[in-house]
Amino acid sequence: MTAFLTRTRGRKRLHWTDWMAYAYLTLGVLLMFGPVLWLVLSSFKTERELQNYPPRLLPYVQKMETVPGYDKPLPIYKVTAGPLAGQEVAQIRRIGLISQVVKPSDPKTVLKVPFKDRKAVEHVALATSNYSKLFERFNFFRFFYNSTFITVMATLITLLVNSMAAFALSKYQFRGRGLVMALIIGTLMIPPTVVLVPLFLIVRDFGMIDSLWGVIIPGAATPTGVFLLRQYMLTIPDEILDAARMDKASEWKIYWRIILPLSAPAIAVLAILSIMWRWNDFLWPLIALQKQENFTLQLALNSFRGEFTTDWASLLAMTVLTLVPIVVVFAFLQKYIATGIASTGGK
Amino acid sequence: MLSLITPLMQIIEWPMRALQRILGPRKLAWVFLLPNLFLFGFFTFLPVILNFFYATTGSDHILLEDRPYVGMRNFDELMNCTSYLDPNSCQIDLFWRAVHNTLWFIVLQVGFMVFFSMTTALILNRKIRARGFFRAVFFFPVLLSPVVVALVWKWILQDQGALNAVLDHFGLQTVNWMLSPTWAFAWSVFISVWFHMGFYTLILLAGLQSIPRDVYEAAAMDAASPWRVFRKITLPLLMPTMVVVLVLSLIKGVQTFDEVYAFTGGGPGSATTLVIQFIYQNGFAGAPRLFGLASAASILVAIVLIALTAVQLWITRRNANG
Repeated sequence: MTAFLTRTRGRKRLHWTDWMAYAYLTLGVLLMFGPVLWLVLSSFKTERELQNYPPRLLPYVQKMETVPGYDKPLPIYKVTAGPLAGQEVAQIRRIGLISQVVKPSDPKTVLKVPFKDRKAVEHVALATSNYSKLFERFNFFRFFYNSTFITVMATLITLLVNSMAAFALSKYQFRGRGLVMALIIGTLMIPPTVVLVPLFLIVRDFGMIDSLWGVIIPGAATPTGVFLLRQYMLTIPDEILDAARMDKASEWKIYWRIILPLSAPAIAVLAILSIMWRWNDFLWPLIALQKQENFTLQLALNSFRGEFTTDWASLLAMTVLTLVPIVVVFAFLQKYIATGIASTGGK
Repeated sequence: MLSLITPLMQIIEWPMRALQRILGPRKLAWVFLLPNLFLFGFFTFLPVILNFFYATTGSDHILLEDRPYVGMRNFDELMNCTSYLDPNSCQIDLFWRAVHNTLWFIVLQVGFMVFFSMTTALILNRKIRARGFFRAVFFFPVLLSPVVVALVWKWILQDQGALNAVLDHFGLQTVNWMLSPTWAFAWSVFISVWFHMGFYTLILLAGLQSIPRDVYEAAAMDAASPWRVFRKITLPLLMPTMVVVLVLSLIKGVQTFDEVYAFTGGGPGSATTLVIQFIYQNGFAGAPRLFGLASAASILVAIVLIALTAVQLWITRRNANG
C-alpha cells in the first residue's frame, strides 16, 4: 500500500524534493480552501455560537425538546454538580444565577439549579437560522435579482456587440480598418479606474445613474472580447462565406447563421469571462448605484460591513450565497475558465 | 435562450438587408462596427477627453459649463510638497500618503506574488499526482469576488476570530489586527497576493510547459545538476513569461482598490488608503465633491499605466515575433 501511494511516474522512490513539493501543496490546499471553508462552516452556526470565544471548528446546535405544558421547545442542559448531577434537564427560564429547570420525564416539578452547574447538551448540526434571518431582515432577493439581471443582460449585450465588431474586423476589407484596430488597442490602455469622474457625468447625461443599465452599458464593449473573437473568426475559411453569398444569403444572415455558430468555443470563453467580471464587479457599481434597492450583492455585502461592529450572522450567510453561483460555475467549467483567463490576460 | 435569440436576429435581419441594399456589402462592415464604436466612443474616449476638462476646472459642480477654469491649479495642489518623501509636508497630504501606500503595496505585493506563483508553478510542473486538483486549488480564489475575499479574511482576523484563537491556544500574544496600521497594511498585501496568485501561477505554468522537452533531455545526458538546469535552462527560457507577469501585475497593482477597500475601508486612519481610493473618495464619497482633484489624480495614474501598458504591448509583440 505504501509502495502504491509513494510511487511516482517514471521514478521508483520519492525523492526528498518530492516530499517538499507535496508538503508545499498540502499547505497550499489548507491556505487556499481553509479560509473559505471556515466561512461556510461559520455561516451555519447559531448567532450565540458565533459569539463564543474561542470558536469551535464545527457548528453545534443545542438539543431542544418539547416538554408537555410548555408551548415552545425548551433547551436541554446537563447538570454537572449537586443532587441532580449527570441528569439532563430542560430549562424554563434563567433568573440571575439560578436556572429554573424541569426534568423532561417529570414536567410538573420545577427545580432550581445554579447557573454555573449546567452545561448545554449539543450536537453537530447545521443551523440555518442565519439564512432564514437574512431573508427576513434584508431584501436579499432584490440584491440577487439586481446582480443576476446585470450579469445576464451585460453578457448578452457584450457577446452581441463584440461579435459583430469582430466579424467586421475579420471578414471585411475596408478603408479605416487599421485605424479601428488601433483605436481598440488604445482602449486597452484606458482602464475605467482612471476615467471615473467624466464617466459618471456621461452616464448621468444618459439618465442611467442609479439604474442597472448604468452599470450594464458602459462596460459592454471590451477590447479583450473583440480581440478574442476576432482571432478565432480569422480561422474560419472565407470560402464558406462566399458559398453562402452565392446562395443569396444576406450579410446579417451570414453573421448569425454561419459565423456565430462556428465561433461557439470563443464565444463560450468570452461569456464565462463576462459573467465573472459582472458578477464580481465592484468599483463602478459602487459609484453608479446609490439607492439601496439598486444594490448588487457585492455592494450590499460591502455596505453591511461596519468598521467596528458587524452583524456577522447575516453577513456570513450572505457571503456564502454570493460565492455559491461562481463556485458552481467554476466546478463545471474550471478548465475553460483557466484557459480563457490565461489567454486573455485577465481583463 | 436560443428560442429567444432566433426571433430577435430575424427581426434585425430586415433593416440590415435594407442597409445592405443601400450601402453595399463592403460598407456594411461599418454598420457591424457601429454599436461597438458607439460604446467605446462614449464610455472610453469621450471620458478621456473630458477628464482633462475636469482636471483643469474647479468647484464641486458636475456640469462642465458651471465649472470655472483654473488652469493647472489642481495639479499644483497635488504636487505641492516640501518633500515628496514626507506626506505631512504636502498640501494634499492624503494624496501623498496614498501614493506612498500604493508604492509600498506594489513593491511588496508584486514581489511576493512573483515569488510564490513562481514556486507554485515550478512545483506544479513536476511529475506529481493529482496535478489538475492542485492547480485548481491555487486558481480557485481568482474567481471569488473582491468583497467576498475581504470578508473571508476579515472574519478570520477579527478580534475574536480564528487566528487569535489559534494564537491564544499556543499561549501567544493576540493582536487586534484590523486596528493596527502596520498589520492592517501587511494583511492587505497578504490577501491581495492570496487572491491573485493563482492567475499568475497559471501563466507561469503555461510558460514552463512550453519549454521544449528535448532541452531537458540533452541536459540529463550531460548529467547537469538540477540547480544548474534551473539556472541555465528554465530561468532564461521562462524570462519572457516572467516579464509579462511582472508588467501585468504592476499594471493591476497600481489599480488595486476593490479588495483592500472592502477589507479595511482604507483605515485605520489612512494606513491602507491607495491611490484609486483617493480618487473615489474625492470624487464620489466625500462631501465637497472635488471632481477636479480626483480627475487630476487619475490623469497622473493614467500616465503611469499608459507607460506600463506600452511596455507590455511592446514585450508581447516582441515575444510573438520570436
